[in-house]
Amino acid sequence: MKHSSRIRLGLGALGISAALVLSGCASGGGTSASSSADSGKLTPITLQLQWVAQAQFAGYYAAVAQGFYKKEGLDVTIKEAGTTTVPIDALAAGDADYAISWVPKVLGSIEQGTNVTDVAQIFERSGTTQISFKDKNITTAADLKGKTVGSWGYGNQWELFAGMQKAGIDTTSGIKLVQQAFDMNGFLAGDIGAAQAMTYNEYAQVLETVNPKTGALYQPSDLNVINWNHEGTAMLQDAIWANADKLASDKTYAANTTKFIKASIEGWIYARDNPEKAAGIVTAAGSTLGTSHQLWMTNEVNKLIWPSTGGIGVIQKKAWDQTVKIAKSTKDDTGSTILTQDPPSTAYSNKYVDAALKELKAEKVDVLGASFAPLTVTLKEGGK
Amino acid sequence: MKRLRGALLGIAGIVLLGVLWEGYKALAPAIGVKIGAITVLPRTSDAAMPHLATMLQRALDPVTAAAGSPPLWTAVLQASLFTVSIAAVSWVVGVIVGFLIATLMQRFRTAESALLPWVVLSQTVPLIALAPLVKRWGSLVHFGAFDWQDWMSVALIASYLAFFPVSIGALRGFASPEPAHLDLMRAYGVGWWRTYLRLRVPASVPYLVPALRLAAANAVIGTVVAEVSIGLSGGVGRMIIEFAQTGSSDPAKQWAPIFGAVLVGLVAAGAVALLGLALHKYRRNEVTA
Repeated sequence: MKHSSRIRLGLGALGISAALVLSGCASGGGTSASSSADSGKLTPITLQLQWVAQAQFAGYYAAVAQGFYKKEGLDVTIKEAGTTTVPIDALAAGDADYAISWVPKVLGSIEQGTNVTDVAQIFERSGTTQISFKDKNITTAADLKGKTVGSWGYGNQWELFAGMQKAGIDTTSGIKLVQQAFDMNGFLAGDIGAAQAMTYNEYAQVLETVNPKTGALYQPSDLNVINWNHEGTAMLQDAIWANADKLASDKTYAANTTKFIKASIEGWIYARDNPEKAAGIVTAAGSTLGTSHQLWMTNEVNKLIWPSTGGIGVIQKKAWDQTVKIAKSTKDDTGSTILTQDPPSTAYSNKYVDAALKELKAEKVDVLGASFAPLTVTLKEGGK
Repeated sequence: MKRLRGALLGIAGIVLLGVLWEGYKALAPAIGVKIGAITVLPRTSDAAMPHLATMLQRALDPVTAAAGSPPLWTAVLQASLFTVSIAAVSWVVGVIVGFLIATLMQRFRTAESALLPWVVLSQTVPLIALAPLVKRWGSLVHFGAFDWQDWMSVALIASYLAFFPVSIGALRGFASPEPAHLDLMRAYGVGWWRTYLRLRVPASVPYLVPALRLAAANAVIGTVVAEVSIGLSGGVGRMIIEFAQTGSSDPAKQWAPIFGAVLVGLVAAGAVALLGLALHKYRRNEVTA
């Protein structure tokens, strides 16, 4: 009697595991085989992001949801990134057709022999800032001297280091460098005097938190912000990267690149003209960020793109040269620079974005956004 | 009676943990306890240690304020189911591979000398270094209609952790029969294969059960870490890093997937315990791993 009941128990355990195994297969298969249903003549394209779904990538999600890619004959699958995903490696390995990454994070890979090309510089301005509470009196890079300075590292630190070095601070002995986490707890608790913050993310996180002194949310007036665009050490951020070898050898890929850029730009124009809807699209795509935070991010990202100097996506030589110059001359806390020499001429190309913009201009689409007016987004506690 | 007592003790343990949490939060200073510049005991502010009631309340609220957003606890439960499924796959793969390796090592002395150091070395490779590689290799795998999926990379990485205790435990178990028993088999003129099935495998059970338990724990940890590393969406691992972004402004939110991960661990441990019960006949003298 005893044995048979035990065997039944065991069978039950096996049954549970088997069911779990099966459901694992089912649910796993369901998530990634999403958009291939009606892809009759569409070319499958994979885009590798540099982080999880959030409004930083609103334009691409909008282009999928609004069918801009389909219109160009592309069936685009967006791949999110994890903590150890290097988008450029995924691109070079053929895991993705295009990748989104910051320029300084890619320049090092290019020098090591990864053959990729910046084919569209979507963000014209940098979203990286260094924020501090008003009472610390840190308003310029020079004021960081002797302070505890937060940095995420992993290629996010270069503008900060360039700014401090430009201001004559010895970045090895002149500051106390603190490794910063995903959240802003270290900053709010006072462990970090000046913390790194993206305008579209961490800055908003602070403004969504209740100030224990007032009982209300922190206000922009409580903070000083060092903006690297103003300090002259901004580097180029989100760009669309393509495989340089394939661009040279594969005519279809080269043609698809123009199509991909064109549709992506249309997505970004949609996000500019319909920020609330674009934020909703990103949330529907699986982002768990709060509604007001998502809209804030969409709006701030729009500010990094619009108004555009030469048309969205065009790589401005002056900004590129500034990025390269900083990459060659700035040493971080480990004493290394990103580049030891100038990158090859294949590192960027305006050929494809120019072609895409020409088509869009012919369709009377506003690719400059000269009259762009940002929203005023009210953040709620917890970004809800 | 014994079972009731066990259940009561289990509940008492959870209550005690809750009391400790709230007690420490109430008594210790908000900035934590510092010796010099080093914080030796954690901060107790609401951002660092939310009240249990706040966590519970947050779990009942929707994930986001977007229309149709499910309550947080159902989203976490769904993510836990996803994670436990992958962990189960990786456990099964890990157990099979571990068992086969142990068998091979038992059968051929050369295999043991050649493989065992590598089996041990394999566990010193950091998981986060392995994750992007596995994902990339996976993306190159296509057999006809079969395409490698990202969840398989996660399962593979987790099984890489899970196979280790099984291979070591089974190898020790296979070697555990008394020499007299082996001599008897030899005297009967029984070959290696039957000795293996009739003597060595049953004798390995006391060593195997704790190894299976360790493998289950490894499979869960491996799955959660690989999810974080690869960025596979759907599971609790990804949820933890996603919610960490609101760690300052909505601190209670990120605790929900952490409890989800605990739940996954409990389910995995429970399933292995059931399996252990079924194998009770063979568990004469259990050893601890």
